[in-house]
Amino acid sequence: MAFRDMSTPLKHVRGLGPAKSGTEQFWRQRLTAIANVPLVIAFVLIVVALLGRNHAAVVQILGSPLIAIIMLLFIISVTTHMRIGMQVIIEDYVHDEARKFILLIANTFFAVAVGLASAFAILMLSFKV
Amino acid sequence: MADAKAPAERPLSPHLFIYKPMLTMMMSIVHRITGGALYFGTLLVAWWLIAAASSPKAYAGVGSFINSFFGRVILFGYTWALVHHMLGGIRHLIWDTGRGFGPHEREWLAMATLVGSISLTIVIWIVGYLFIGGPR
Repeated sequence: MAFRDMSTPLKHVRGLGPAKSGTEQFWRQRLTAIANVPLVIAFVLIVVALLGRNHAAVVQILGSPLIAIIMLLFIISVTTHMRIGMQVIIEDYVHDEARKFILLIANTFFAVAVGLASAFAILMLSFKV
Repeated sequence: MADAKAPAERPLSPHLFIYKPMLTMMMSIVHRITGGALYFGTLLVAWWLIAAASSPKAYAGVGSFINSFFGRVILFGYTWALVHHMLGGIRHLIWDTGRGFGPHEREWLAMATLVGSISLTIVIWIVGYLFIGGPR
């Protein structure tokens, strides 16, 4: 801080409390919850329709544009939703700061890894056909 | 002091475990448990997709797991958890609008979530078995 600056650091954080960005995760959890309803129904229908089919048929159906787009939206929405949900669970039950930090990091890594791996597989199936 | 008295028996504040389990309370707990289970259940989805993208042999590996007794139990549990968490989520979205908090409404919503999730899961599995048995 400059020598002549007499203001306290308070002004830098004013307005950044819960009203500004604190509801972001709350809202995102509702947004993905709403998206998840039709996407989960579609996912269940897709899985049931693929039961018992051979590999070639599964590859062709999962790789078709409409199914692949629905599956991608499902994966993105679900992994976003589950990351926030698990973060809430960790924050509720883990009170040791170090352990909480490690678990929060692991949570993000897990959600991103599962989401990216699934999305990559869907894209592979799409471009293979 | 030799004649120190034992601490007076004062009433403690109500503790979580003295409450009689209520349906709405159990549904709240189950919503969190199913959410946690679905979190790890996504590994199964990722495995299925990666196997499909990899090779017929890898895909057959997923198939043999799903066809095993253990695999079926996991998949059945996953189906129920998914449906239950979805219906519980819809219940939460109704609450977000400020509705459904009355004593009868919330009991009805909790019961509808449970009955709905069990019956929908059974319907999905019956349809699933009909599909497997059907011509390909």
